[in-house]
Amino acid sequence: MRRGLSGVNLAALTLGFAFLYIPILLLIIYSFNESKLVTVWAGFSTKWYAAMVENELLLDAAWMTLKVAFVSSTVALVLGTLAGLALARLGRFPGRTLFSGMVYAPLVMPEVITGLAMLLLFVALSWARGYWTVTVAHITFSMAYVAVVVQSRLLTMDRSLEEAAMDLGAPPVRTFFAVTLPVISPALIAGWLLAFTLSLDDLVIASFTSGPGSTTLPMKIYSQVRLGVTPEINAVSTVLVGIVATGVIAASLINKRAMVVREREAQQAV
Amino acid sequence: MSGRTQDVGGEAPLAPGNGDAFLRIEGVSKNFGAVVAVDDVSLDIARGEFFALLGPSGCGKTTLLRMLAGFETPSGGGILLDGVDLAALPPYRRPVNMMFQSYALFPHMTVAGNVAFGLRQDRVPRAEIAARVAEALALVELSPLARRKPHQLSGGQRQRVALARSLVKRPKLLLLDEPLAALDKKLREQTQFELMEIQQRVGITFVIVTHDQDEAMTVADRIAVMEEGRIAQVDTPAAIYEAPRSRYVAEFIGDVNIFEGRAQAVNGGDLAVALAEAPCGLAAPARADGPAAGDTVLLAVRPEKIEIASAPPPPGTVNAIAGQVTEIAYLGSTSTYRVRLDSGRMVVSTQTNRLRHGGEAIGRGARVHLSWPVEASILLRA
Repeated sequence: MRRGLSGVNLAALTLGFAFLYIPILLLIIYSFNESKLVTVWAGFSTKWYAAMVENELLLDAAWMTLKVAFVSSTVALVLGTLAGLALARLGRFPGRTLFSGMVYAPLVMPEVITGLAMLLLFVALSWARGYWTVTVAHITFSMAYVAVVVQSRLLTMDRSLEEAAMDLGAPPVRTFFAVTLPVISPALIAGWLLAFTLSLDDLVIASFTSGPGSTTLPMKIYSQVRLGVTPEINAVSTVLVGIVATGVIAASLINKRAMVVREREAQQAV
Repeated sequence: MSGRTQDVGGEAPLAPGNGDAFLRIEGVSKNFGAVVAVDDVSLDIARGEFFALLGPSGCGKTTLLRMLAGFETPSGGGILLDGVDLAALPPYRRPVNMMFQSYALFPHMTVAGNVAFGLRQDRVPRAEIAARVAEALALVELSPLARRKPHQLSGGQRQRVALARSLVKRPKLLLLDEPLAALDKKLREQTQFELMEIQQRVGITFVIVTHDQDEAMTVADRIAVMEEGRIAQVDTPAAIYEAPRSRYVAEFIGDVNIFEGRAQAVNGGDLAVALAEAPCGLAAPARADGPAAGDTVLLAVRPEKIEIASAPPPPGTVNAIAGQVTEIAYLGSTSTYRVRLDSGRMVVSTQTNRLRHGGEAIGRGARVHLSWPVEASILLRA
């Protein structure tokens, strides 16, 4: 096929990817820099990775981030699935438009405002800020993403699958666990991975809602960078980019594979 | 009644209201907002019957089926199955199973897993599940594919899995929603006969929904023709075809020529209709519940009942008209002649091609004489 790579297309592709990825590429390259000076290349070295592993504060922040990301994405998966179910399956209940608008709102809400609102809530409840407040704040914004993913999958799912299960004697709850959940499981995994990476990435909301002893990795990186960028930070960032990229790619692969299977089934049904 | 009255026009095997119906649908209606999908439908279906709901899309047949399955709640009326009121039972408690148009096979389960699903819901012992699944798969000749996933099967094989899955619980009533619509023509015709054979072997009452008149005629003992949420006619396939009660039914099932006129009584219980093109008029047997003399009527004749000839019939023959052949459609086993009468009216006649093609006497543009026996005419109310 010639139409894939004409000169103009190739230029556009290169330009677009360069714009997107040159900064990240530089960061990765300089994480292997021998020199302490960020801007001067002095040969290949992995010593900053060794230094990173030695750095207790950095490791604590990383561990905290993983804990927050794991718990918040798991809870967001449950809540987001319930919200997605309600949106896809309850039909036209009173207040549906309002409800769906409210579920989608955190997707477009400025993070600063979400963070500030969460902070005010925790202060009003006089909850001590720490691990749990960050986690709850992350659940709040990431469940919206899960709800969107789950709802769109449910809308394309053949309703007669659930009807068939009920027709064969499964009450609604058993139908949900035996048929609906397995069928939409690729969307659930994708939603979980999305929520996990979102939580891993977040700086703004975590800054508002964390307290002493619950510093997340992005916060740690940000505060260190203010004192000057070290190659050690580059190394940490590279690892973070790797984890996030893996998560996002896995999520999209899972979704795509499920879509291919679905299309093949749809074709065979005709 | 004269001896010419069609015997196929008699009462169907089970007339509504005779008290021993297995499935009784009484005055069932269903509204979706302002739209009336099913309008006061009453039907009695016998045990072991193969019953078809036939109609164009949007006539309410699928809604009626879904009310039997429990997926829709009737707005009015009642449904009794073997003396038990189904209204209070949710889909998962009804002794009714359904075969879905999309087959609705569970994609994450094997063929055997799909078939076993219903039995597992009933907590049937493991050994019995295995035996009954094997039996059901043998019935549809799919035993070697038990471990396959649905996406590894062809359309015809998926259709059989769906059938096995809906039969394995031995329901009192099996509902089939356009079960063959996704198959190609050859496979569909073959599967129709298999469906009839399986129905006879298991002895379960089948209710099939279809928009395909050939399919309904082939498989069903009786057919209910539906029109805009109502039952237009319930009868055996032969009676539906040979003695339709309305223009809608006559035109929905097969092809038909219709002449309008005013009925006059003649000797022998026949009714005659004057027609400018027919020197001796048209005649049809009267029916006790049909139109009477003086009514404006429609006289319907099926194309294959009309004889086509080059020579005029003897003078004085009723149901004789003349015209010119404008088209001949050769369909292999039959040929369809479109004949323009002198008044411009088109009449269609179908003839069986008994001889090899090529030597027929009647060609396009030929002057022909059409005639048919009195008992081939059907009188309908206008």
